[in-house]
This record gives sequence, C-alpha cells and structure tokens, in this order.
Amino acid sequence: MSEVDKFIIPAAGVAEKRRPVRPKKEVVADNAVTAPAPLEERRKTCRQTIGDLGEGVRTMLGADPVKHEKGEWTETMRAIQAWKMTPEQRAFRRNLLYTHENTKPTFAWRKWRWPSIILINTLFVVSYWLDVQLVEGALTASRFVGFHMADINSSLQVVLAYKEILINLLIGTVTVMLVWWLVGGRSFCAWACPYHLLSELAEMLHLKLARKGLVEDHPLDRRMRSVLYIVFALLALVTGYTVFETISPVGIVSRALIYGGGVALVWVGVLLLIEVFFIRRFWCRYICPIGLTYGFVGATAPVKIQWDATKCLYEGNCRSVCLVPHVLEFTIKNRAHKSVMEAGPDCTRCAMCLEACLPGALSFKVKGVGDLL
Amino acid sequence: MALSFKQLLAGGELTERGRKERRSFLLSIALGTATVALALAGYVPILGGWVKRLRPPGALEEREFLASCIKCGQCVQVCPVAAIKLADLGDGFGNGVPYIDARVQACDFSCDAVQCVLACPTGALTHSIDKKEQVRMGLAVLARPEACLARAGKGFKGPARGAEFAGLHRYIEVDRWSPIRISEKPYDLELCDLCVRECPIKDAIRLEPMSADPADKRRTPVVLQACVGCGMCEMICPAEPAAIVVEERKMWVEARAGGRP
Repeated sequence: MSEVDKFIIPAAGVAEKRRPVRPKKEVVADNAVTAPAPLEERRKTCRQTIGDLGEGVRTMLGADPVKHEKGEWTETMRAIQAWKMTPEQRAFRRNLLYTHENTKPTFAWRKWRWPSIILINTLFVVSYWLDVQLVEGALTASRFVGFHMADINSSLQVVLAYKEILINLLIGTVTVMLVWWLVGGRSFCAWACPYHLLSELAEMLHLKLARKGLVEDHPLDRRMRSVLYIVFALLALVTGYTVFETISPVGIVSRALIYGGGVALVWVGVLLLIEVFFIRRFWCRYICPIGLTYGFVGATAPVKIQWDATKCLYEGNCRSVCLVPHVLEFTIKNRAHKSVMEAGPDCTRCAMCLEACLPGALSFKVKGVGDLL
Repeated sequence: MALSFKQLLAGGELTERGRKERRSFLLSIALGTATVALALAGYVPILGGWVKRLRPPGALEEREFLASCIKCGQCVQVCPVAAIKLADLGDGFGNGVPYIDARVQACDFSCDAVQCVLACPTGALTHSIDKKEQVRMGLAVLARPEACLARAGKGFKGPARGAEFAGLHRYIEVDRWSPIRISEKPYDLELCDLCVRECPIKDAIRLEPMSADPADKRRTPVVLQACVGCGMCEMICPAEPAAIVVEERKMWVEARAGGRP
C-alpha cells in the first residue's frame, strides 16, 4: 500500500489487519502498567539534545532517519509501550481505529495558512499599486515600513556572486532570520511562499489523479537538494552571477504578482506540471535551496510540531500528507526512543499532520525560554 | 541509503526495493543536472552579448550590476515616470534585473534626487552618487542624422510622439511635482529643438549651425560631455525611428576616440 492510498482509506486497512490479532500473553511488570504522566510533565525529561539536533539536520540534508534500537529507549518510553500493550489499551485503540474508518480530517489550519500566504503577498502588491509604501520590493528583498528585509538565500547568492558584504543586506538578512527563527524557519515555506501555495494546489490535483490511478509519484533521492545547494552556491561564487535566481520560482512568482509576469512564468508552469503528473512536490522536496536555508535557520526555533507516544495509533496519516515525511519517521511503530518527540528542522510547520492525525498525537509546541533545547 | 554508490550507478543483482532506489537515484541525477543546466543556460544571453540594456541611473559596471542586483524591483516602485522595468527570462542571468527602454519611457529625473539609487538595497545602483549630473548611463548619439528635423531646417507642430503616445515627462512650467503625458503638451516650433529643449541636464546637448551662412536655418544637435545618457532626447525625438538614441554604457572618452560628435 503506498503512502497515498494509506491516507485515502485511513484506518480501514490497518484495522482489518489487526482484527484477528489476539492479545499476546505478555508478562508485564506491575510498575510498568501504570498510566503515563501527562505530556507536559514528560516533556521535561524529553528535552531535545544537541544529538537530536544533529540527527535532525543530517536527516534534512538527505540521510535516512536514525533508527533507535529498543536498547536506546528511555524508561518512560518503555513503560508507555508496556502500558499500550495492556489488553484494555489495545481494545481502546482498536475501537478508536474503527471510528476513524469513516472520519475525514478537516485541515482547519489551512484556513489560516492559505490566507497568510495570500495576505503577505498581497501586501507587496497593494503596497505598490496603491503606493502606500508598506512593503516595498519583492520577496527577494524589501523595505517593511522602511526597514530592510532580505531573503536569506537571495542575499547569499548576491554576496557569493558579488563577493562583498553589503550592509543593507546584512541588516535585512539578520532581521528576516530572527523573524523566521522565532516562528520556525521553514514556516516561511508553508506560511509565506507564493510558490508553495501553487505547489500545494498542484499536489492536491496530483493526489486526486493518483487516487484514480492516473498518475504515480516517482520519489527522488533526497540528498539531491543538498548537492544542488552546494552546486548553486559554487556557481554563484565561480561565475559571479546569481545563477539560482534565474530559475527561482519563488522570485519569479513574487515579481510576477507585483510587476506583471512574462516568459519566466512558463518555467513555473513546467514545474507545476512535473509536480502534478510525475513527481509530487518536485521543487519543494528535492530542489529548493531556499527551503534548506530556512531549515537551518529554524533548526533551533521555539515553534515545533511535537508528538505524544501515548496517543499515536501508528496509522501513518501524518506522513502521507507531509511535504517532508522524514521528519515524522518516529511515528512509525517502535521508532521513537522518547515518549515526546519533535519534528526535525525540515518541518514547514504547515500543520497538515496534526490535523491528519485523528487521535491527536501531534500538536504545536511553542517553547518558552526554559524549554529551549 | 542502503545501497552503495557503485550499486546505485552500476546496478547488478538487486532486490525489487534496490532497483526502485536505483531508479530514483538515476532519475535524481538526470533531473538535478537538467535543473542546473537550465539555470546555467542563463549564461548564454550574457556570453552571446545579446543583453544590451540601458540600466537605471547609478548602475554598476554590467557584470557587477547583475551580480549585486537582488532582483526586488524597489527601484521600479519609486520611479515617478515608471521608466524602470524588470527584464524577463530571455535576459538569462539578467532575469528580474531593471532596465529602461528610453524610447518608450525615458528617465527624465522628475524625482530630482535619483530615487532609484536611494531605493536600491544592495548598491547595485551605486550609493556613491546623489545628483542627477553624476549619473552615467550611456551617451546620446545622433544615430540617424538624415532623419533629424533640425538638420533639415524643419520645424515641428503637434504632440511630439503623436496623440497615442503614453510616455510621461515632467514639464516644470506645467507642474513642478507631477509628470504629465507628452501627448498632452503639443508643440509649435519653427525649428525642431526638442532634444535640447527637454534635456533635463544643463549643457548636455546644444544645436550648432551647419554652415557659416547666417541665412541657413539648418542646425545639428551636438552632444556634450555633461550628457548622462538618460534617454530623454530619444523619447522626445519626433522622427520615427528616433534620430538621436542613447548608446548604453558608452562613455565620453570613448565617444571622442570613436570620432563621434
């Protein structure tokens, strides 16, 4: 069963498979069967370590997510696993799976996220057309009520090509870094990038066609994005031109919205066609260096998607809707080594997973100063 | 990834999963290469010298200009006569970089203080200039002297570029602050001197007699060293195509050496 199919018939397949399974006779120590502590309490002992951060970054760069052996599990995780295997819990989960058979997720966050993308981009357009000087420029660089803002990746291209640190760009880049670090780094992708919205629509069409068996996704090697990141950086350095900007659909779409489009939009159209018929989220998943840049920025961000082991039914719906499913590998049965896990830096904080998850195992976590790292 | 690079490239005995992984690896190489190749194709118009654009005031030397421009269009937004446009994909690496099509809409310095330069966040339009007289975009050249009305001793009556022409110009005698359509200000000239009359720079161009004979009405425009190459003369020239044009990035010394006036 492919990831896509899994989502279309969410719990049915899983439930059917599980129905004949009789509870195994397990000898569980009495002290392990106590109900687990609430999420917030367990969080304190599940702090993200530097090791977790490194793992997340490596996964973002294309490495396969690390599989933690049972030997590495925390005491709490072991206790929770034992608790989940008690007959009462198994019955409870089985019933829950039945109720999920005919439940469709609502994706209510989208009602905030899409308007966010539209609003941010409309501000640029309106600011120019009504000449109100609110956000002058395009997504690559702008002035927000006079303050310099600059896209981190565009600035990087310019600095590498021009080989000079430009003070306005430095100010603009640091400002943008701080803003996006605060709200999660790659949240830029899901909450601001105009190409992301187009690509999301293309993805919906792709999934619809895939459901009918008309198209098939051809996943690529995720390491490609890291290789291309280095290639584009080197090309800027060696040629002395901002090579990537030539084909960046983010810059092209942003400028087209504000100043009117041209031939460059044909390239964006080609990308979208590839995404509909051939490779799901081709640009965002496998190419975009902007996404990777913001991924680095958000690696230590206070806004995270967190996972609660006690609620997960291992249905996999979260991964089937996710742009970057490798950040949710721990939702596969027996993969998480802690009872509270956080999605890695590649996560765009789009919130699709936490709505696809019917038992509510995933949620937003905004960390305070005390929670950081 | 479970497979080694050797397996990914050469194949050999593989499981179904391994074959799938290998296919995706090879497809990645193909598409990754294609993407980079497409981006690099942007070099072709540059190397081929096809991109000859009049750049906005203060633009650095072309190579540095393309490198330092962040393609945001802030210069476009501040121009009071909307002279600045952003280039399309046909310009290769110049995609999204500003230029001016002087014949359609020239920079007439309506803003007085080179607003585009002030707007540029990267200094691609160099911040080292702050007066219009310091600008050097190119140099006006009398490219088609045979079409010049003044050289033929002719006058000019009516709107300079016809009633339909949408180009804007700031006429200080009409409105100090806002530019109007050139088509809204018809002329009635005994001898056409539009290029000199509407030049926004002092002593950048003048009309000189073509012979010693005082009865000879014919005059020829002569471009002087103060010319900044804004293209105002090219836009206002009533001849079709324009008798006087701006040669982008041409400098005065070079012009002298070339034997041009």
